[in-house]
Amino acid sequence: MFIDALFSGITLGGMYALVAMGLTLQYGVSRIMNLAYGEFLVAAAFCAYLLMTGLHVTPLWGLLLIVPIAFALNWLVYRFLLTPLVKRTRTRAALEVDSILATFGLLFIVQGVMQVTFGGNYYSYSYLNEPVRILDSVLALNRLLALGFAAVFGIGFYLALTRTRLGTAIRAVAVDPVAARLVAIDVRWASALAFAAGGALAAGGGVLVSMFLTFNANMGVIFTMKALIVIIMGGVGNVLGALVAGLLLGLAESFIATYVDPGLTIAVTYGVFLLVLLVRPTGLFGRAAR
Amino acid sequence: MNAPLRIPLIVGAAMLAVLAGVPLVADGYGLSLAINILNYAVLATAWAMFSGPTRYVSLATVAFFGIGAYTVAVLGEALPWPAVLAAAALVGLVVAIVVGLSTLRLAGVYFVIFTFGLTELIRQLVTWYEVNVSNSIGRYVFLDISQEQIYWQLLALGAVLFLATLLLGRSRLGFALRIIGADETVARHCGIDTTRAKVLLFALSAVFMTLSGAIMAPRWTYIDPAIAFNPVMSFQVLIMALLGGVQRLYGPLLGVVPLALLFEYLGANFPNHYSILLGAVFMIIVYLLPNGVVGLARRLRKADRPASPAAKEAS
Repeated sequence: MFIDALFSGITLGGMYALVAMGLTLQYGVSRIMNLAYGEFLVAAAFCAYLLMTGLHVTPLWGLLLIVPIAFALNWLVYRFLLTPLVKRTRTRAALEVDSILATFGLLFIVQGVMQVTFGGNYYSYSYLNEPVRILDSVLALNRLLALGFAAVFGIGFYLALTRTRLGTAIRAVAVDPVAARLVAIDVRWASALAFAAGGALAAGGGVLVSMFLTFNANMGVIFTMKALIVIIMGGVGNVLGALVAGLLLGLAESFIATYVDPGLTIAVTYGVFLLVLLVRPTGLFGRAAR
Repeated sequence: MNAPLRIPLIVGAAMLAVLAGVPLVADGYGLSLAINILNYAVLATAWAMFSGPTRYVSLATVAFFGIGAYTVAVLGEALPWPAVLAAAALVGLVVAIVVGLSTLRLAGVYFVIFTFGLTELIRQLVTWYEVNVSNSIGRYVFLDISQEQIYWQLLALGAVLFLATLLLGRSRLGFALRIIGADETVARHCGIDTTRAKVLLFALSAVFMTLSGAIMAPRWTYIDPAIAFNPVMSFQVLIMALLGGVQRLYGPLLGVVPLALLFEYLGANFPNHYSILLGAVFMIIVYLLPNGVVGLARRLRKADRPASPAAKEAS
C-alpha cells in the first residue's frame, strides 16, 4: 500500500509539476495570471481524445500535432487579446488584475464551447493500459509513459531556460522587465514567447493526462487551481521550485487519499495552499518579498 | 444634518417608497425578477463597499452568500426567523474576521487567488461534512416565507446597506480606506492601522452578503453545496460592480439592472450557450469599459483628463 501510494503520488506529482511549469512561465515572465490555463489543458485532452477515437492517432503522435498548434494559438491569444491590456496598464499590479479579469472571460468562453460540444459527461479512452510490476506494485504503462514524457519536457525546458541565450533573456524579463529592456531584450516579444511556451506545456500536460485520467468539460478550474498552488508553493517564476512543489503536492494528495479519505484530497489541496500563502506568501523557495 | 447628505437621503427615501410598492402590482414572474435584481444589487454594492476604495479584488462573494443560505438550511426550523438571521450574520462575521485577519496582508494577485480558493475550500468542507456526518448531500428548506416577504426583507437590507455606505464614505474609516486604495505604504506612514481598517470593512461587507444569502434561502426548497456555493455568482457580482463602476455609491446599481436582465434573458433563451455569452460579456466590459459606466460618463464629461486612475504600484 505504501509503495502504491508512493508511485501514484510521483506520477501525479510529475503531472502537476509539468502543468505548473507552464503557468509559471506565463505568470512569471509575461505577468499574465491566466485563469483560463486549465481550460486550454482540458481542450488539449479533448483533442487527444478525438484524434485517438476518431482517427486512431495515438496520443504520443498527437503530441507532435497538438503542442505546436497550442503554441501558435497561445501566441495569438497573447498578441491579440492580451497585448491591448499590456499597453493600457502602466504598472505590473494593474496588469495582473486586468489579466485576471480578461482571462476569466476567456475561461467561460472556452469552457462554454467545450460544454456545448461535449456536454457534461466524463470522457476517457484506452491506450497502453497494460500493467507493469515495479517493486510489488502494479502500475499502468500509460501512467509510467506519461511520467517519462513529463520528465523529458520538464528537464528540456529547464535546460533551455538555463543554458541558452534565449532562455537567459526570458529569465531576465522575469526578474526585471525594465532592466531587461536596457540590455536590448525585446520584452514584449519575450513575453509573447513565454506565454506561448507556457500554453504549449499546458497542452502537452493535457494530452499526457488524458492517457490515464477521465476528464470532462468543467475540469479546467481544478487544473488551474492546482497549477497555481504549485507555483505559489514553489515561488513564482522558479521552475525548479515548481518541480519540487508539484511532486510534494502529488505525494500529499496520494497519501491522504490512501490513508485518510479520498473525499478530502481537494480540501487538503486547498488547505495546503492557504497554509503556504499565510506562512510564506512568496513561496517555499521564493526569495525576498517582491 | 449637512446639505450634501440630505439630498441623497431624500432621493433614497423616495426610491425606497416606490420600490416597496412593487410586490403590490407585479405578477409572479415580475416579482421573481425584482427579487433577483435586488439580490444582485445588495451583493454588488456590498462587494464595492470593500473592493471599491481598497482595490482588493475579492472573489469570495458567494462564499459568504452560501454561508448565509446554509445557516438557514440548518437552523431555519429550530429558531424564530429573526434569530436565524442574527445567527447567519454572526457566522458570516466570524468567518470574515478570521479570513480578513489572515489574508489581508496579501497583496494584489495573491488576495484574488486566495478568495477564489476560499469558496472552493468552504464548499469542499461542507460537502465532506454532509456526506460523512449528516449522511446526505442536500437539505430541504421548508419555511413559511412568501416571495413578497423575501422582497421586502431584501429591500430593507439594501436600504441599510446604502445608508451604511453613505455614512462610511463620510467617516474617518472611509477616508482611511481611500488613502489605502491610493497607496497603502503612504497610508501606513500616515499612522493608519491599515489591517484594522481593511478587516473591519471586509467583515462589514461580508455580513451584508451573508444576510442576503440567508434571506434568499427560502426561495429554494432544496439546497446543496453546489447550489449555495456556485462560483459563477461571484463572477456575476464582480462584473456587475465593474460595469457600473465602483467609485460611486450608485455605481454598482447601474451595472446590476442591465446585467441582471441580460443574464435572465440569456439563461432563459440560451441555456446551453450561457457560459460562452457570460464570458463574452465579461471580456467586452474589461476591454471597453475599464472604469465602468460611471468612469465612462466622467471621461465623456472631462475629455481632457485621463480617466484611468493611476493604479497602485506593487509594493
